[in-house]
Amino acid sequence: MSAKSFTPPPAGSRLLMSGNEAIARAVWDAGVRVAAAYPGTPSTEILENVARYPDLYAEWSVNEKVSLEVAIGASIAGARSFCAMKHVGLNVAADALMTLTLTGVVGGLVIAVADDVGFSSSQNEQDSRFWGRFAHLPIMEPSDSQEAYEMTLAAFAFSEKFNAPVILRLTTRICHVKCLVEVGAREVKRAADGFVKNPARWVMVPANAQKRVPEVFAREKALIEESATSAFNRLEPGSDKRVGFITSGPAYMHVREAFPESPVLKLGISYPVPMNKVRELDDQVETLVVVEETEQLLETEIRAEGIPARGKDLLPAAGEMPPFVLKKHLAPLFPELRDAADSAAAPLPAPMPVFPRPPTMCVACPHLGVYYTLSQLRNVTIAGDIGCYTLGAGHPWNALDTTICMGASMGMALGMDKGRGPNDEKKNIVAVIGDSTFMHMGMQGLLDIAYNRGNVTVLLLDNRTVGMTGGQDNPASGRDIRGEAALQIDFAKVVESLGIAPEHIHVIDPYLLPVLFKTLREEVKHNGPSVIITNRPCVLIDEYKKEPPFEVIETACTGCGNCVEIGCPAIHVTRREKAIKPSGKEVELAFVNIETAACTGCGLCLQPCAPDAIRPAAPKAVKVEFV
Amino acid sequence: MNQSQTTNILVVGVGGQGVMTASEILSEAAISQGFDVKKTEVAGMSQRGGVVSSHVRFGTTVLSPEIPPGEADILVGFEAAEAMRWSHYLRQKNGASGGVAMINRLKLEPPIVSLGLFAYPDDPVAAVRARGLEVHDFDAGEIARELGDLRLVNTIMLGAISDNLPFPAVTLKECIVARFAAKKPELGELNAKAFELGKAAGKK
Repeated sequence: MSAKSFTPPPAGSRLLMSGNEAIARAVWDAGVRVAAAYPGTPSTEILENVARYPDLYAEWSVNEKVSLEVAIGASIAGARSFCAMKHVGLNVAADALMTLTLTGVVGGLVIAVADDVGFSSSQNEQDSRFWGRFAHLPIMEPSDSQEAYEMTLAAFAFSEKFNAPVILRLTTRICHVKCLVEVGAREVKRAADGFVKNPARWVMVPANAQKRVPEVFAREKALIEESATSAFNRLEPGSDKRVGFITSGPAYMHVREAFPESPVLKLGISYPVPMNKVRELDDQVETLVVVEETEQLLETEIRAEGIPARGKDLLPAAGEMPPFVLKKHLAPLFPELRDAADSAAAPLPAPMPVFPRPPTMCVACPHLGVYYTLSQLRNVTIAGDIGCYTLGAGHPWNALDTTICMGASMGMALGMDKGRGPNDEKKNIVAVIGDSTFMHMGMQGLLDIAYNRGNVTVLLLDNRTVGMTGGQDNPASGRDIRGEAALQIDFAKVVESLGIAPEHIHVIDPYLLPVLFKTLREEVKHNGPSVIITNRPCVLIDEYKKEPPFEVIETACTGCGNCVEIGCPAIHVTRREKAIKPSGKEVELAFVNIETAACTGCGLCLQPCAPDAIRPAAPKAVKVEFV
Repeated sequence: MNQSQTTNILVVGVGGQGVMTASEILSEAAISQGFDVKKTEVAGMSQRGGVVSSHVRFGTTVLSPEIPPGEADILVGFEAAEAMRWSHYLRQKNGASGGVAMINRLKLEPPIVSLGLFAYPDDPVAAVRARGLEVHDFDAGEIARELGDLRLVNTIMLGAISDNLPFPAVTLKECIVARFAAKKPELGELNAKAFELGKAAGKK
């Protein structure tokens, strides 16, 4: 999916915008000239939307570190610049960040970091506010889309004033919540003199870098003063003096709703902490309670100042803090809440557990054949990676054994090869990685496998897009962020250049199960590295072409269940029966049908069907339900 | 508490059913009436057939975007078991102010049910009703099929709840018709028809 350009609504418009959309508008209004990102939930739509605006450069970078480096380069060239990433992306970009704090910026530089509070689509729930402390940089935290717009605008000026990149810390409930935003007008600012050579500032060798350290601490002192007086840090009065709340981000809205009569210190600049305002609130109330998503961070810092505060002794250690969670856990401080919990108006308990509905691979997904094949192999350990294909860990395939972070499948597979014990001597090590993840952080790992003679079979699943985040373009798609023609990487050549012998590089069609099975069986036997590249596009992108659907001949289906093992969501079991085999063994039969309205004719299920019970479906008049 | 001034609508279903479009249209209609609106989803990897729940809240001022359990005025279930999963979000019947569940009878079995690992509830609609909640249910797919396009389920479900909103049903209808007519004039007419059929079905 490429960004569609549009005419930006005029200044003064009131629009229903997600936090991500509001930030994109602010990036444009702030006159940013360079914006870069790698897709990652919940941050993806920021750059998707930025790229819709005219007169700025936007790119999908291959990873977050590169995106930050692009932004740094643009900043020191005098342009306002921006990059966006999900929380774990800043781990990747941290190497750049930790020295950027020494150099500072020229054009304002804002780094939007989106934490996945609540684990909607991530491998951890790390709290990005720590980066402010680690890198001595200001953290700004909006509480809704309007604030996201205003704070992003302010962050650029702030960055230039304090010569510091600003971390705009977001969470899912900012990125993906839509509310009304009044937008302003665009103003392009740029440093007139372009890049100015200054090795003492831009060449961070030890002698130069250590001279920057006092400046960082001087800047932090100035930031503390700014935070102490900033209008973004607001003490809101309240008549109920039992508890005063200190909070930031979406938690502020939750606190306001749950305790409308309580005084609240709302932190827009949540680092450095304005301790003067904390003390001011403390003087007004009996108890200070810190509500933070997610870690106990402000609370610890406030207590270190000798100010008594509560928070995580009452509240959950992780996850979101919506009003009903706050009310439940803070009832010891608000006795009237206990009475409310017993009243007739209290919510019903959750219903009898309903089956889980985990995400599944799509109908005709090219990964289906890969995981079906992997599930049929014996004696394999499969190192997985981050992407749609992580779903291969689930039913019916159960064919993925590890997931840690972007690109980890490569190094971990090599480590499992080198670290194997006597029990694993006969095991074959397979690594599975997608095109985007391979380009993000997998290429170096493959080079390491080749260099160190790893006995690893790599499956490089090239579906020509960043699938899990909704189908963004990348160097495998051959298009840039605006949908214009760009480089299309040749994976076979890259893999060969990284040291894989040409006879152990295979490019194959993952819909052809016998070829996939034969190639995989041969390559796991090869004592050395090999790479199998699959080449079908993701079914969600334009390159994918639907074929006529199939149906099951009911009378011919023998209930063998082979097709069910493919894991296609268009195949449904209609009935189960027990049967006795001639050998006397009891088996369970699963008779199936194919939801022809959903089937797109990939033909994977035909291949393991023993009785040839699947045939082209008769045409139907009604349009499909899922589009 | 300011809850009484806020209207809470929880739209639930399965990824790909149009839950987020429905809540987007509801939000637009509420904005056109001068309400403050917040809309939020829990839809992690929903494009892959997972659970989607979309919260729409509107009123004078909306603070938290999330509807607390027990405070939804309307539960719009695009799928029967999903309506059951979220039924505790509806406001309990307490005098006349209980919440209303509007449920499409469609049953979508996920692969893990098909694989025999979990059972699909026998009658999710009856299970919601048995909790003492006001439930209306009908087969929105059947109406959509008669109109020739299953994608109309979305508009039919919105029509079904249109008499339970704090603004006239016609406001919502106009929002929908304008949205689809902008794509193709005949789509506007088709959606108007779907809306009215949904409105009638929701009274049952």
